[in-house]
Amino acid sequence: MQLVLEKRAERSNTIALISPLIAIGLTILTMVILFAILGKNPLLALHAYFIAPLTDSYSLQEIAVKATPLVMIAIGLSLCYLANAWNIGAEGQFLIGAVAGSWIAVKTQGTDAGVWVLPVMLVLAAAAGALYALIPAICKVKFGASEILTSLMLVYVADLFLDYLVRGPWRDPHGFNFPTTAEFDPVATVPLLIEGGRLHLGSIIALLVVAAVAILLGRTIKGFEIRVVGAAPRAARFGGFNSNQLIILTFAVSGALAGVAGIIEVAGPIGHLQPGISPGYGFTAIIVAFLGRLNPLGILIAGLFLALTFIGGEQAQIAMKIPLDVTKVFQGILLFYVLACDSLILYRFKLVFPNRQVARGAG
Amino acid sequence: MPAHQPMLDPTTNGLYSGESPLLRTIGLTKRYGDFLANDAIDIDIWPTEIHALLGENGAGKSTLVKAIYGLIQPSAGEIFWKSQPIVLSGPSEARSRGIGMVFQHFSLFDNLTVAENVALGLDGRESFKDMSARLEQVSKTYGLPLDPKREVWQLSVGERQRIEIVRALMQDPQFLILDEPTAVLTPQEADQLFIVLERLKAEGRAILYISHKLEEVKRLCDTATILRGGKKVETCNPRLETAASLARMMVGGEIKQVKAAAGRQTTVPRLVVNDLSLAPAEPHGVRLEHISFELKGGEILGIAGVAGNGQDELFAALSGERLSKDPGTIVIEGLAAGHLSITQRRKLGAAFVPEERLGHGTAPRMKLSENALLTGHAASGMVHHGFIDTAATLKTVDRATETFDVRKAKRDPEAASLSGGNLQKFIVGREILRNPAVLVVSQPTWGVDAGAAAVIRQALLDLATAGAAVLVTSQDLDELAEIADRIAVMFHGHLSAPLATSEATREKLGLLMGGSTLEPKEAAHAVGA
Repeated sequence: MQLVLEKRAERSNTIALISPLIAIGLTILTMVILFAILGKNPLLALHAYFIAPLTDSYSLQEIAVKATPLVMIAIGLSLCYLANAWNIGAEGQFLIGAVAGSWIAVKTQGTDAGVWVLPVMLVLAAAAGALYALIPAICKVKFGASEILTSLMLVYVADLFLDYLVRGPWRDPHGFNFPTTAEFDPVATVPLLIEGGRLHLGSIIALLVVAAVAILLGRTIKGFEIRVVGAAPRAARFGGFNSNQLIILTFAVSGALAGVAGIIEVAGPIGHLQPGISPGYGFTAIIVAFLGRLNPLGILIAGLFLALTFIGGEQAQIAMKIPLDVTKVFQGILLFYVLACDSLILYRFKLVFPNRQVARGAG
Repeated sequence: MPAHQPMLDPTTNGLYSGESPLLRTIGLTKRYGDFLANDAIDIDIWPTEIHALLGENGAGKSTLVKAIYGLIQPSAGEIFWKSQPIVLSGPSEARSRGIGMVFQHFSLFDNLTVAENVALGLDGRESFKDMSARLEQVSKTYGLPLDPKREVWQLSVGERQRIEIVRALMQDPQFLILDEPTAVLTPQEADQLFIVLERLKAEGRAILYISHKLEEVKRLCDTATILRGGKKVETCNPRLETAASLARMMVGGEIKQVKAAAGRQTTVPRLVVNDLSLAPAEPHGVRLEHISFELKGGEILGIAGVAGNGQDELFAALSGERLSKDPGTIVIEGLAAGHLSITQRRKLGAAFVPEERLGHGTAPRMKLSENALLTGHAASGMVHHGFIDTAATLKTVDRATETFDVRKAKRDPEAASLSGGNLQKFIVGREILRNPAVLVVSQPTWGVDAGAAAVIRQALLDLATAGAAVLVTSQDLDELAEIADRIAVMFHGHLSAPLATSEATREKLGLLMGGSTLEPKEAAHAVGA
């Protein structure tokens, strides 16, 4: 008797829907074992991770705040991944967007500039993120360079560039030599939705992006183009679709979204530019994109769930002294299970009983 | 213990000459999920026999030979080799027992030499030098000339097949399986192959010959086993049957005869190709050399030729998947189109059906409605201001389903879930429903069951009758004879002058397919036609 994977005649939509749930279940099971090994009470740890953050308004707002960049970046990445373009460098595009937008904020500091500042910051961040993403895209199209490597390497370039700016030209003169810009003016800050709360306008923008991309993918010929190029490249060419153009387009859109997410984070919850503005949003968004099945609505849910693990991880660290890195372990294990469970969409497990005994019986 | 001990006859070089079959299967069954690919098949193969295995695509021929060759494990049933029950662990065990196989799709490395390719396929431990010497000797003995030092990419398809056959013969098999060996050969090359097979038979070996060319089977084979829907229908002597009676057994009923409308009128030229030359896109691709032809409305032009002589390259150039620098080389509906994209050519009224159904003609994991959109988005009112009209795409699916009898489990399934014949009917239907002025179709009935093939051929004839210009590329000469008005042959990237179908005998086409030119008198005649 042996267990084999057998190809299904048609993809299973049921499994496609529940595969992320199976993955989450398996991840939690693994975490329980991990907590037990660490000598922590697994039930209390799970409570700190997944229940406690949902019980007070501050934490709930904080989840939405954390989910905002994750969802925006993941939506952009999903377009790339659907078109078989592997943008791994959203983290870099996020940072460059933050830098480009901050440029206006730094230059207009204390000048009584009007309400145009924030919109211009957003536009600049989008443009900068898109241009930065176009570097690997053009290298791919023109020279066949692997976009996986080039986009990833550009993350470190962006990181160091930001570091240089806040330690050098843009450093706050009154900042006690800390590597940070001065606090942005109110016109350069993303407005809050609730007075005295944490929730800001960026979350609304993220929701609009989700809706727009859902329409793009589900209803428009451009969305169809993106899906065909990824699913069947030769058929796409037969359909008259140009995959190189789509690599450029999807990289530019995802870079722009990551850039906007970057400036919203800086001009919103943080309020100034400094190193370490991202706890790895650009990388966690890859998990969000796949956990959400590369589907806009799925990504929204997955983004909220991953945000919960960030907040829960902080709570677990405070309450139970569980290291914050366990959150990253959790996210890594989750991606592993998501990809593993996805094979069940096209394949199914089957028990096979070899027919040896038949032949032996006759012999 | 078996009833008969295997007997070795010293005069036939140790070949088995027992009184029971060399190979026998009893109740051989292979199940894939709920699908029975082979349902309790009994077959006896005797020494000194060429045994035909007949059946439509999906009848279970491949599954049966894969089980016999050890590539798959049967779900139930037994295989006896020289009266001994055997369980084959894999092809190498089958080869070591004396079972050889020549596949329809060659497994050769283009950049290696003939000898290197043969060495890679052998299990033995002899030195490369000894092996090369033996290769030359075997190829000489059987009249299968091969130069061991040539690289495979330089060889014709027929020569490549020779490598596979020689490789199998070097194992000295007592039983050789050949999967549709003549599908890629010219009629003359096929005749040469038959001489080799007769000789192998005379040496006391057994041959299992998979084919669906009935005349060929009648001529060559001593026995025929017919499969249908995974079951054995009959074992008979094909020489005592007619092609029609064999076809009836294969299909399980009468096949509808394709009828051309009488007095089809040809009109203006709708597709003209002027001196089209194109360098290949891939390293070992074929260069198109000065191709010219003119195709009028109401006419079907057939392009024959052995696969790999530039047909794929011609399709890509005509469809616009590859562009030509000179716009005037391809003229669609009177407009220079060589530089236009496939979408722009569709807007001019051209439609295309490629050879590969899955992955080229359709996106396999997408729904039929989305696959209707794939080629219909340019010019069929399925897109308004960038938004998809889902109702319009579904309507195309429904119309294709109704008009061309596409059988499927639900209204809008994934393309990959349809059988080959039904998917091909959908693809051809999808294009014909657009009322194209020009239809370019490659291998329209390749791997399609006889019923679907008849529907598709009739649809092409009807389209021409309605005034469209139809270009059909096919390796099946019978198909071209049935539907084409004129037939041209592709060889090494050149296209011969078209012959009127009534003049295009198998012999003439075979010569052209092999690269010979016709006598001047005949060529002149052909130009006039």
